[in-house]
Amino acid sequence: MNNCIIEMKGIKKYFYGVKALDGVDFKIRTGEVHALIGENGAGKSTLVKILTGVYQPTAGNIILNDKPVQFPSPQVSQKAGISAIHQEATMFPDLSVMENIFMGHHIRNKSNGLLSWREMKDKTQSLLDKLELDIGPDTKVRNLSVAQRHMVEVAKALSLDAKVVIMDEPTSALTLKEVEYLYKIIRKLKSEGKAIIFISHKFEEVFEIADYFTVLRDGKYIGEGTIADITVDKIVQMVIGRSLEQMYPKLEAEQGDIILKVKNLTKIGVFKNISFDLHKGEILGFFGLVGAGRSEVMQTIFGINTKTSGEVFINGEKISISNPSNAMNHGLAYLPEDRQIQGAILAMNIRENITLPIIDRTSRHIFLDRNREFEITDEYGKNIEIKASGWEQLVEDLSGGNQQKVVLAKWIATKPRILLMDEPTKGIDVATKATVHNFISELAKKGIAIILISSELPEILGMSNNIIVMHEGVITAKFTREEANSKKIIRAAIGSIPK
Amino acid sequence: MRDLFRKREFNLFIFILFIIFGVSLRTPSFLYINNFVDILDDTAILSMVAIGQLMIIVTGGIDLSVGSSLALSGMSVALLNQYHPGIPIFMIILISIAIGLLLGSINGLLVSQAKIPPIITTLGTMSIYRGLVFVLCGGTWVSAHEMTEAFRVFPRRSFLGISSLIYISIIIVILFLIFLNLTRTGREIYGVGGNKIASQYVGINLKKINYLVFTLCGGITGLAGFLWVARYAAAQSETAIGFELQTIAACVIGGVSIMGGSGTIIGVVLGAFFMGIVYNALTMINVSPFWQMAIQGFIIIFAIIINTVMDKRNQQLMLRKRSFNE
Amino acid sequence: MNKKNDVLDIKKIRKVSLLNIMWQWEIILLFIFIMVIIINSNLSPYFLDYTNLMNTTFNFIEKAIIALPMIFVIICGDIDISVASIIALSSVFMGMASQAGVNTFGLVVIGLFSGSAAGFLNGFIITKFGIPAIAVTLGSMSLFRGIAYVILGDKAFTKYPTSFAFFGQEYIGNTMIPFELVLFFILAIIFGIILHKTTMGRKVFAIGNNSTAARFSGIPVNRIRLIIFTATGLCSGLASILLTSRIGSTRPNIAYGWELEIITTVVLGGVAITGGKGNIFGVIISIFIIGFLKFGMGLINVPGKVMNITIGLLLILAIMLPELLKRLKPKNSFGNVNK
Repeated sequence: MNNCIIEMKGIKKYFYGVKALDGVDFKIRTGEVHALIGENGAGKSTLVKILTGVYQPTAGNIILNDKPVQFPSPQVSQKAGISAIHQEATMFPDLSVMENIFMGHHIRNKSNGLLSWREMKDKTQSLLDKLELDIGPDTKVRNLSVAQRHMVEVAKALSLDAKVVIMDEPTSALTLKEVEYLYKIIRKLKSEGKAIIFISHKFEEVFEIADYFTVLRDGKYIGEGTIADITVDKIVQMVIGRSLEQMYPKLEAEQGDIILKVKNLTKIGVFKNISFDLHKGEILGFFGLVGAGRSEVMQTIFGINTKTSGEVFINGEKISISNPSNAMNHGLAYLPEDRQIQGAILAMNIRENITLPIIDRTSRHIFLDRNREFEITDEYGKNIEIKASGWEQLVEDLSGGNQQKVVLAKWIATKPRILLMDEPTKGIDVATKATVHNFISELAKKGIAIILISSELPEILGMSNNIIVMHEGVITAKFTREEANSKKIIRAAIGSIPK
Repeated sequence: MRDLFRKREFNLFIFILFIIFGVSLRTPSFLYINNFVDILDDTAILSMVAIGQLMIIVTGGIDLSVGSSLALSGMSVALLNQYHPGIPIFMIILISIAIGLLLGSINGLLVSQAKIPPIITTLGTMSIYRGLVFVLCGGTWVSAHEMTEAFRVFPRRSFLGISSLIYISIIIVILFLIFLNLTRTGREIYGVGGNKIASQYVGINLKKINYLVFTLCGGITGLAGFLWVARYAAAQSETAIGFELQTIAACVIGGVSIMGGSGTIIGVVLGAFFMGIVYNALTMINVSPFWQMAIQGFIIIFAIIINTVMDKRNQQLMLRKRSFNE
Repeated sequence: MNKKNDVLDIKKIRKVSLLNIMWQWEIILLFIFIMVIIINSNLSPYFLDYTNLMNTTFNFIEKAIIALPMIFVIICGDIDISVASIIALSSVFMGMASQAGVNTFGLVVIGLFSGSAAGFLNGFIITKFGIPAIAVTLGSMSLFRGIAYVILGDKAFTKYPTSFAFFGQEYIGNTMIPFELVLFFILAIIFGIILHKTTMGRKVFAIGNNSTAARFSGIPVNRIRLIIFTATGLCSGLASILLTSRIGSTRPNIAYGWELEIITTVVLGGVAITGGKGNIFGVIISIFIIGFLKFGMGLINVPGKVMNITIGLLLILAIMLPELLKRLKPKNSFGNVNK
C-alpha cells in the first residue's frame, strides 16, 4: 500500500470575511495520482497555495511524513519536496530553458564557487531527454509554446527532486497528442514513487489518469474516493450539488433573424477562417480548451484586437470595427474573461464602474451627472441583485460573484443587441451562478443575441441553443442542442473530429 | 550562424565598424591609433558607470542620480586631497568608492525598503547630492593647482601605452562580466527583472537584489568620481551634469530593454564606445559641441524605438512560425 | 437582497463626497502651509508683506501652471520629465521669431504652438510605439534642450518687443496682483473642473487605475494620453511665454531642472505616483507651500542649490509618508477621491 506523505486536516482559510476554505481534509500518498476536483471558485487553488507556502492557513494542520509542519514561504515548501506547475507558467521569458529550470538554485562549481554552466546544460539536456522534449537548453522561453513551457515547469520540478508534483489544470491548452504525452510523463513519475496532485474542474478527463479523488465545493470538503469505485454522474452530483437537469433554466426564447454574421475571420497566428451566424434571441455556446482562440475571436469582433482578414456583418450590413467604442455603437458588448483586470476597475466604486462605458450618455454634455449615474446604477444593480452596502462601495471589497455582477450590469446598461460573454460564471459560487444563468436566459427572451464562451461542459450543454467548438484557432465542430453530447464536444475540443 | 546576426551586440559592432569606415574616408586622421586610444580614454568612465546603470535597468529600475553621485564623491576626495595632501592615492580611491557605496545604498534603501519607485527616488537624490556638492565646495572650484601631482597623474599613468584609466575600466568590465554571468546573485538580478513574481516563488529576495544593484552602481560611480576629477583636474558643482543621460543612452544603444530582464555588458560597453566614436567623429568634422545634447536625446529616442519595434516584430515572427507549423 | 440600498439616497452621497475631498492629506497640507507661514514670518520680517508675497509668486507661478496638466499625466500613470526642456525650446523659437521682427501676438502663437508640438511628439511616440513615458521623455528632455543649444550655443536672445513684457511682468490694474497669478487661478479652475466634474476627468482616473479595463470599456486610452501630453506641452509653452517675458531674454539653459520641482509639487499635493488618485486642491496648496518655503529660504540667504536639496527631500518624503501611514492603519481608502 502507498504511504501517506502529506495530510492536510481541517484546513480553513479566510480572506477579509470570505471563507475560501472551510475545514478541508486532503491526503496525498506516494505513487498516487490524486485528482482535486471542483468547479472554479471551489477552493482548489487556495488549497494548493497553502501547500506550496504562498498562503498560510487560518486554521488546520499540515502533517508531512507523520510530523506536523508549516510552510511559511514557497522555499520551505520546495525544500520539503513539493513542486507546483502553475496554469500561468511562472517563467522568465528572456532567459533560457536552462536558466528557468535552475533560477534560484544554479549549480556552482565546487572549486571556485562560480556557476558551472556546463553542468547545468548537461543536467538540463538529460531532463529534457527524459521528458522526450525536442527543445534545446539554450532556447529562450519566450519562443516556446504553452505546452512546451508547461513541460519546462515539469523539468524544473524534477530538478528540484520533487516528491509531490502539483499540476494545476495542465491539459487546458494542450493538443490531443500533447495530452497523451503528459499522461505518459505522469505515469512515469508515478512509477518512480512520486505523488501527483492533478487539479481539474473537468472531471471527465480525470477518469483517464487519476487513481483517487477529492471533491471541493464552495470551499467545503465534499468527499473523496477511488476513481475505480465511482461514476461520472456521481462525481458531477458531488461537484455541482444538484443534478444536471436541475441546473439550467429552460430555454424558451424564440430565435429571430440573423443579427451577426462572421465570415472567414482570421488573425495570423491566433485564429483562422472563423465563420458563424448568430440569431436574435439565440444563445450560441463556444467551447474549447484554454488557448483555443475563442476570447481572441470575440475581442477582435469587439475591436480590441485587429483582424488580418475576414468580414463581419451586423443586420446584413458589413461593418468594420476598429475599437471598442465603435463596437458599442453597433450594439455590441463584450464581457471579458478576466474580471479583475479586464472587466472592472477594482479601486473605483460600483457606480463609477457601471457607468463607465456609457459615461458620455449619462452626462450633461461634458459634465458628470451624479444623479443620473445613481439612477442607472440603481436600476441595473437591483435588476441583477448585486449585494453591496451601497453603490459607493469599492468593487474591490465585493465578493467574486458580486464583482462579476457589477461587470455584467455594466455591459447590460449599454443596452446591447449582441452580448459576447467570456466565461461569465468563472470562479463564482454555485448560487450566484444560478442567478447569472437565469439572467442570461431572460436576456435571450428579450431578443438579445448572446455568445457564451465557456470551458465548463455542463454549462455549455445546459445553456446553449447551438454549440461551436474551437481548437487551436479553428472551428472544429458545430452542433445544435439536440445533436450535442459531452463526448462529441470533448473530442472536437482536443482536436479529433467526431464522426 | 544566423543567430549571431540576430544578436544585437554583433550588429552594433558591425555598425560601429561602418561608422569608423565612413568617417575615416572623410578625415583619415580618425583612424590614427592615438585617436582611438583617446576614444577609449573618453569612454572608459562612461563604460564603467553604464555597467552600474545596466544592472539597475535590468531589474526594471533606473538611476538618474549617477551624475550627481559621481560629482559628490569626486568633489569629496578632491577636497580631501587639497586639504590633506598626505593621504596616499590608494586610500583616496577607497574613500571615493566608499562614498559612492554610501550614496548608492541610500538609493537602494529608499527603493527596496521605502518602496519608492526608482524614478522618483533618483530624481530626488539627484538634486540632493548635487546640492551637497555645492555645499561642500561652497560654490568654488577645486582646480589643478590644489590637487597633488599623484592625484592628477593617476589616470594618465600608462603601462604599455595604455593608461591606467583604461586598465581600470577593463578590470571593472571583467569583474562584472564574472559577477553577472557566473554568480548566482548576478543571475538573480536578471530573474528579478524578468518576472518579479516567479523570482519570489523560487526564493529570490527582491529587497536584497534591489538594494544591491543600487549600491553596486554607487560603488562604481564613486570610483568613477575620483577618476573623473583626476582626469579633468577639476572638481566643481557642475561636474558630470547630465552624465546620467549618457549612461542610459549607452545602455539603450547596447540593446538593454527599458522594461528590464535583458541586456549584456558587452552591449553596454559597445554602446558607450559607439557614443564615444560619434562624439569624436563629430568633433573631427568640426561639428560644434553644442550638438551633443540634441544628438544624445535623438539617439536615446531612436534606439528605444528600434528596440521596441524589433521586439514586437520578433514576437510576430514567432506567432507566424508557430501557425505555419500547424 | 439589497435592503441597505434604499437607505442610501443621492443627498447622502453628496455629503460623503464632500467629506472625501476634504480628506486627510489636504488637511495635513493646510497644516504644513500654516507652519511654513508661521516659521518664515518668525525668521524674517520681510516675509509677511503683501507686496513681497505677491511678487514672490512670480518665481513659482510658471512652474505651477505646468503642474496643472502634470496632475493629469501622473494620474494617468505616466510621467513627463521633458517639460523644462520644452520651455527652453519654446523660448528659443520665440527668440528667433522676435529677432526676425515678429510682433507680440505672433510670439504668443509661436510659443503656444511649439510647446504643443513638442508635447504632441512626446505623446505620439509614447502611444504609437507603446514605450514607457519615462524613457521617451528622458530622451526628449535631451533632444529639446539640445535643439535649443544648437540654435543658441552660448549666446542669448535679448531683443523682445516691449509689449511682450506684459505677460510676465505686469499686474492687474492698480492692485499688486500679478497677471501671471490671475492667469494661474483661471487655469486652475478650468483644470479642476475638467478633472473632477467632467467625463474627461472620470476617464483619466479610470485609465490611471486600470488602463486595460478602461480600454475594454470603450475608453480611447491612447487618444486621451496623447491629448494630455499635448496639453502639457501647451502649458509648457505658455509657461515659456511668461518666463521669457519676465526675464526679457532667452538662454538655452532657462528653466533648467524645473521638472523636479513641478513633479514634487504634484506628488506632494497628494497625487499618487502610481496613478489613479489625486485632486486639485492638494496640488494648489502644495504649490504655495513650496513657493513660500523657497521665498522664506531666500530671505535668509539659502543658496539655490541648497533649496534644491530641500525639494529633493520633500519629494522623497511626500511619497514615503503615505506608505508609512498606510502601514500603520490596517485598512484605509487613503486619498481615494474623485467622487
